[in-house]
Amino acid sequence: MTPLSQLFEKTRSENRAALIGYLPAGFPSQKECIEAVTAMVEGGVDAIEIGFPYSDPVMDGPIIQAAADLSLSQGTGAREVFSTLAAVTALGTPAVVMTYWNPIERYGVENFARSIADAGGSGVITPDLTIEEAHPWRDAVKKTGINSIFVVAPSTNDDRLAQVTAECSGFIYAASLMGVTGTRTSVSSSARDLVGRVRKVSSTPVAVGLGVSTREQAHEVAQYADGVIVGSAFIRLLQESQSMGEGLIRVKELAQSLAQGVRR
Amino acid sequence: MTVNQSEIIGHFGPYGGRFVPEALIQALDSLTQAYEEAKADPAFAAELAHLHKTYTGRPSIITEVPRFAEHAGGARIILKREDLNHTGSHKINNVLGQALLVKRMGKKRIIAETGAGQHGVASATAAALMGLECVVYMGEEDTKRQSLNVARMKLLGAEVVPVTQGSKTLKDAINEAMRDWVTNVDTTHYLLGTVAGPHPFPTMVRDFHRIIGVEARAQVLELTGKLPDAVLACVGGGSNAIGIFHPFLDDTSVRLIGLEAGGSGIESGKHAATISGGTVGVLHGTRSYVLQDENGQTVESHSISAGLDYPGVGPEHAYLNDIGRAEYQAVTDDQAMEAFSLLCKTEGIIPAIETAHALYGAMKIGRELGPDATLLVNLSGRGDKDVDTAAKYFGLPL
Ligand SMILES: Cc1ncc(COP(=O)(O)O)c(C=O)c1O
Repeated sequence: MTPLSQLFEKTRSENRAALIGYLPAGFPSQKECIEAVTAMVEGGVDAIEIGFPYSDPVMDGPIIQAAADLSLSQGTGAREVFSTLAAVTALGTPAVVMTYWNPIERYGVENFARSIADAGGSGVITPDLTIEEAHPWRDAVKKTGINSIFVVAPSTNDDRLAQVTAECSGFIYAASLMGVTGTRTSVSSSARDLVGRVRKVSSTPVAVGLGVSTREQAHEVAQYADGVIVGSAFIRLLQESQSMGEGLIRVKELAQSLAQGVRR
Repeated sequence: MTVNQSEIIGHFGPYGGRFVPEALIQALDSLTQAYEEAKADPAFAAELAHLHKTYTGRPSIITEVPRFAEHAGGARIILKREDLNHTGSHKINNVLGQALLVKRMGKKRIIAETGAGQHGVASATAAALMGLECVVYMGEEDTKRQSLNVARMKLLGAEVVPVTQGSKTLKDAINEAMRDWVTNVDTTHYLLGTVAGPHPFPTMVRDFHRIIGVEARAQVLELTGKLPDAVLACVGGGSNAIGIFHPFLDDTSVRLIGLEAGGSGIESGKHAATISGGTVGVLHGTRSYVLQDENGQTVESHSISAGLDYPGVGPEHAYLNDIGRAEYQAVTDDQAMEAFSLLCKTEGIIPAIETAHALYGAMKIGRELGPDATLLVNLSGRGDKDVDTAAKYFGLPL
């Protein structure tokens, strides 16, 4: 059982949702990324998603695009992603990598899964890998024992929902709305419906992402989901802050506030 | 030849498929279904044929170009004149087909990406004709080098959104269009302009362009009494090329030659020759050849021609390359401009700079094969949009 799966057992027994924070590797720099993740964890984030910055992120809005561009301009690649992952798991925090498919294919599918496991990572979220194309990934995941996390969307019909969720372990990533990553003023009502539909076909924990940025939103989502995923809101704080010191304080404060939100 | 049978659920051998956010699967499935139904419906074919006859101006003619051919080893050279289509390129074939599908699906808004602006203009045109809202994403770099087409799209009532991310060219325009589509998929059809992207686009867009090859094959047979020795076309995403190649796939005596944008030369690293100079990867929802680095990051492409300036290529071309049924060669900016100038001066036809890559290919292959050979070249578009670029290239005062 991966640390991620253990986390969901724990949060379920505590009658709360898990708080999952996202940051791209190498943002704002390799070292500062790890500092920011540490601040998130100190503030109460339960698990971390490390993003593999990619040149063509079609699922991401302007905030994550800008963060990925900055990271890429400093030369972030697979090596930096895995070393960041290892630094996070060394904190004792469950962590996964979120990546578009091409970097995995380029690295070598089985090697990628093995490097995740070697860095103590629990698994990988693959936002543009469809189950139809997942054969090689399925084998690699099985061999290395890591979690495989696919995304489901409000437009995913019930038949397909059963198929996609059957491929998931660790948790199921429920996209709260039809759209790209970013902060939104309210959480779409489609999130609750989607999680309800997932519950009918799977007992794997469900975490909701896309658009969650405040304690109130986290609290609302925690009423029906097992996990709350926050990415753009953390990144925006780092982008807006005058100094890294200020950024770290604000990141920790947001994490504390969200951590209160996920308690039911 | 069993080439066609490999096309199982949107795959061409190991290429093609769907690598997209789950949110788009429903839309891709409905599009596939709408397309299958339309294909089986004679009324759809009749409506498209009527539009092509009364609006596009099909069939497009073929033109033999003997004065140009003198510079191509004296081979017989025949041009398929897609430049004479309404809006000035082959792009309208696909656009009208998809626009009719949009009507069938009951959607009211189309979005499109464009590089040279030809696909954007064709999309804006179809939107005006059919009363649809149209938004075109275009890299900021391309809005500058193809400003005439930006103005045309606006005159036709479309909104043109300059894309400032990444390399500010076609690849980034596609990213932005995909993001729009993920967000507005209920109301919006993404009218993709080439044979790339997730299934069903590579198959569907090809089918809408097959008319080029179907007409040209019959026209060349009528003119010369035999099949050509080679068929040539420029390859950006690969739509005009697959359109003219496909009806010749089973004619194994006919060489199929795709000309990619060699930019400043493949050695220079500044090119857009995806098959000649790239590696296998996934970009924009499909597996094919891609220009990428060791981390799988897409590398910026370079070409004097905005329409070929794309670091990916349609998956069927990747497959035809690997099985040896088609060949792909790179033509540099300078070589393309040499052919551009030559066609202008010997035949009174100003081609698109994209097309000029195919014309240089004809000069080269003609010299290799000599006067007994017959070459069919897809003249995919006209060069009005490129007058600025060409004038600058040749140092003409404007
Ligand atoms: C005239 C012309 N030819 C060719 C192309 C390249 O596209 P494709 O390879 O899909 O035919 C373009 C694209 O804009 C074009 O305008």
